[in-house]
Amino acid sequence: MVHQYKNNGYNIVLDVNSGAVHIVDDVMYDVIPMFEENTKEEIIQSLESKYNKADVEEAWEEVKELADDEQLFTKDEYEGYIEQFKTRPTVVKALCLHIAHDCNLACRYCFAEEGEYHGRRELMSFEVGKAALDFLIANSGNRRNLEVDFFGGEPLMNFDVVKQLVAYGREQEKIHNKNFRFTLTTNGVLLNDDIMEFANKEMGNVVLSIDGRKEVHDYMRPFRKGAGSYELIVPKFQKFADSRNQERYYVRGTFTHNNLDFSEDVLHLADLGFKQISVEPVVAQPTESYALKEEDLPQLFEEYDKLAVEMIKRHKEGKDFNFFHFMIDLEGGPCVAKRLSGCGSGTEYLAVTPWGDFYPCHQFVGNEKFLMGNVYDGIKNTELQSEFKCCNVYAKEKCRNCFARFYCSGGCAANSYNFHGSITDAYDIGCELEKKRIECAIMIKAALADEA
Amino acid sequence: MKHVKTLNTRKLQKTVKKGGVGNQSCNK
Repeated sequence: MVHQYKNNGYNIVLDVNSGAVHIVDDVMYDVIPMFEENTKEEIIQSLESKYNKADVEEAWEEVKELADDEQLFTKDEYEGYIEQFKTRPTVVKALCLHIAHDCNLACRYCFAEEGEYHGRRELMSFEVGKAALDFLIANSGNRRNLEVDFFGGEPLMNFDVVKQLVAYGREQEKIHNKNFRFTLTTNGVLLNDDIMEFANKEMGNVVLSIDGRKEVHDYMRPFRKGAGSYELIVPKFQKFADSRNQERYYVRGTFTHNNLDFSEDVLHLADLGFKQISVEPVVAQPTESYALKEEDLPQLFEEYDKLAVEMIKRHKEGKDFNFFHFMIDLEGGPCVAKRLSGCGSGTEYLAVTPWGDFYPCHQFVGNEKFLMGNVYDGIKNTELQSEFKCCNVYAKEKCRNCFARFYCSGGCAANSYNFHGSITDAYDIGCELEKKRIECAIMIKAALADEA
Repeated sequence: MKHVKTLNTRKLQKTVKKGGVGNQSCNK
């Protein structure tokens, strides 16, 4: 399967099953779609009114050379391989600890509904958190590196327990030859110098929630009484990012139907001095006024294009920043097995509620259908776990023939469930945006290679 | 080659034997 497209003056050809990316001239761009179905003579005849005959012939030879070298028209022979891969024994690699089901903001788009996840307000006790870490150690097999996200709600509303659990983890990792990588997400309201110092010592990554421009941020992320939070958090986030040498963090925003010109928000964050930026599309039911709609897609595509061009420009000016959704590794990146088997939710990754229940990931918390067990009894719903284990791109009709499948791994199971009632479907607007982002990310690579 | 510039050399099919998301790094 070959995907070819034009972007920012580049003719780009992605050989989907090998991952090879080619930048081609116009004649080769026109030869490629005819190559498999036509003879060399037919192609020359068809294109000789448009191009010099010798050029068409030469381009055909080069296409053939790439195909013979398995860099074009590479066959998809992975389905049987993935069947074997999904029967492998898995270990738990990561936990998302819902350290606080409570929040000091009332963000309009929050899937956790002011941090409560369709349930009650509660803070995780040290005892529940300790049992979760014990479960992770016991169920991680020989794996040494373990990840624990402190998530919410707003984790800083339960910061004492965060500190206690980190101390417990550091003590246990020596005993069990493990290495904990802790991460923290925060809205910044309670952030102070002591917390920054602690996080810089103990947190492998921090995620700082901010949507972009003041009016955009304050409209979607107000305090419960309606005041905006932008002015309070921006100076603290700037200080925090600098104190981490502009590494090992993300400022993370959400764009909605209310700010379809979201590239302005990304650039606003860059202009505030942030170097690690993620601004992501809201996922909401169409009944919500801020939900993204299918008719928004053309404008959103333009915004991604605009952002990509601006990032290239800033790179040339020495003012680079990273945009999470444009980061792509064409030379390395994970193996086919990882790319096709998905994110690991429900098998390698679990979310833990404040009272110790397990869910496949934070997006499923509060939906009792997806309750998997708890920190004391372990995984009880093994049938559900098997369902998640078998959730790979070949289990999804929409993904089997999609050019993006090696980069998105079939998308988010929770989004699929929320829109289609099944974890083996795909959220269509999310798919379209993901495909566009991959096209832009590859174009940026082409532009940087051009420059080199 | 005159008509094409290839950006990368890694082939995913080579990871079938050695292996076993877009910006994730791998034991590669």
